[in-house]
Amino acid sequence: MSNLEDLYREIILDHYRSPRNRGELASPPAIRVEGFNPLCGDELVVYLNVEDGTLSDIKITGHGCSISQSSSSLMSAAVKGKSLEQVREIIGTFKQLMTVHESTLAHDGEPAKVDLRAIGELAALQGVVKFPVRIKCATLAWNTLSQGLDQLD
Amino acid sequence: MTSYDPRRVRSDTPLMNRVINGHPITYLDSASSSLPPRAVIEAMSRYYELRHANVHRGVFQTAVEATDAYESAREAIANFIGAPGGSGEIVFTKNATESFNLIAKSWGRANLTPGDVVLITEMEHHANIVPWFQLREVNGIEVRFIPVGDDFRLDLSNIDELMTGVKLLSVTSMSNVLGTINPIKELAEVAHRHGALIAVDAAQSVAHSATDVRDLDVDFVIFSGHKMLGPTGIGVLWTREDILADMPPFLGGGGMIADVRLDGYTPASGPTRFEAGTPPIAEAVGLGAAVRYLEGLGMADVVRHERSLTEDALTRLADGFAGRVRVIGPHDMAARGAVISLDVDGVHPHDIAQVLDQFGVCVRPGHHCAKPLMRRFGLAATARASFGPYSLHSDTDVLIEALGHAVSMFG
Repeated sequence: MSNLEDLYREIILDHYRSPRNRGELASPPAIRVEGFNPLCGDELVVYLNVEDGTLSDIKITGHGCSISQSSSSLMSAAVKGKSLEQVREIIGTFKQLMTVHESTLAHDGEPAKVDLRAIGELAALQGVVKFPVRIKCATLAWNTLSQGLDQLD
Repeated sequence: MTSYDPRRVRSDTPLMNRVINGHPITYLDSASSSLPPRAVIEAMSRYYELRHANVHRGVFQTAVEATDAYESAREAIANFIGAPGGSGEIVFTKNATESFNLIAKSWGRANLTPGDVVLITEMEHHANIVPWFQLREVNGIEVRFIPVGDDFRLDLSNIDELMTGVKLLSVTSMSNVLGTINPIKELAEVAHRHGALIAVDAAQSVAHSATDVRDLDVDFVIFSGHKMLGPTGIGVLWTREDILADMPPFLGGGGMIADVRLDGYTPASGPTRFEAGTPPIAEAVGLGAAVRYLEGLGMADVVRHERSLTEDALTRLADGFAGRVRVIGPHDMAARGAVISLDVDGVHPHDIAQVLDQFGVCVRPGHHCAKPLMRRFGLAATARASFGPYSLHSDTDVLIEALGHAVSMFG
């Protein structure tokens, strides 16, 4: 059961039951991006308001498993109000967290070299890397957010 | 007289010895793929160790034996489904999906013209939907659906109206999501009355009830080897000899020709016309062994056992979770098979499957390649448990216990 508790940490269950920044933003002006995981049928819509180089607001709708839903909720809390530069940095750090390093997995299951203190609650998602089929669930919202930011360029 | 004992089937099945996350495996995914008994695995090993050679046209001893083994598998399957024309009506394919593609791309292209209707149902697997949509793109046919009622059964109240212009009725004998068993004999009568042919997707039923194509009075039957205790990589298309004789070739290449010249080719006749290239010989041998094994069990006894498992599981699921677990499929046992799709309030199917895996319980989350059906019931996914001839009531015990953990974990 220890593996399972690693995956379904209390923070994750909390964000699953009470997702943050749930809802829609008027689009336009908000950027609206859809994300799909055809394997599980998870669907997300991410709305972004960007003002003066800052992600001033973010809302997310959709449905999916606890991992995809909590990851999108945690993401929204982590990036809201941050400068676009900071947002891209957080995305990069999260993707690094989700990268499976098989050599390290073989020892203690921890991914390599991510400063967990710097990412706050997002660290709760690190247990996902032990369940490779679920990584796609965790990264869905983040890939969707990245696509939205790409539309700004 | 057979002496079917599910515990014996279990001990014949090596994979049942696996330990998953510290628990003995509780395999409840036979609707996806069944577990082969030792007899099947050994038949394939023996084939490779003693007889392997390419089939047909070989003169040396092992080539003759390989051809005999391949063709005797074809005979075993013809006997198993009561093919009136014998093994000459059995085409080996890669899987049930390829069998449907063969019907659509060979029979369909040759026999359907713009405006002709292929009637399917809302509960079909994508394998019996997408090939018809693809044919629609090239042939301008119409694809029409028989609706599924709120009782999870086909709504046949307007069937005569729906049959207008229909050349082929293509329908599953048993839904891989709902477990619903469809009235194939009745539908065959309807199809023929309207001058149409009927194709049956027997992938879910062929290892769980007796299939007699003559008694059903159908025109095409398709199924997969790996859902009937056989190996992956082999499927079957059965159709009547007269239909097969008029069907143009499907894939081109070696083996399917009578002659090839600089200006063209003449296809072979019979099933080999549809078996281009070196076929899955070991897989055919394995499937032959699977069919003989199933015959040894006695399908009537298997049906009785799986009905008892399903009835018990449905009762315990309805009683055990204070209404939080909903079965997406018929609740009564009339015309229902051993597939149980679950929708659990507040717990996503992927999370259920993940928690269950920690207890060694194998259930399948997802849309089960039946997205139109899932949409019909407003679902993105279900968690599906399905039984096989090796399943026991103790499997349900473990399922219920693990499900309890999943439900309480997500509160």
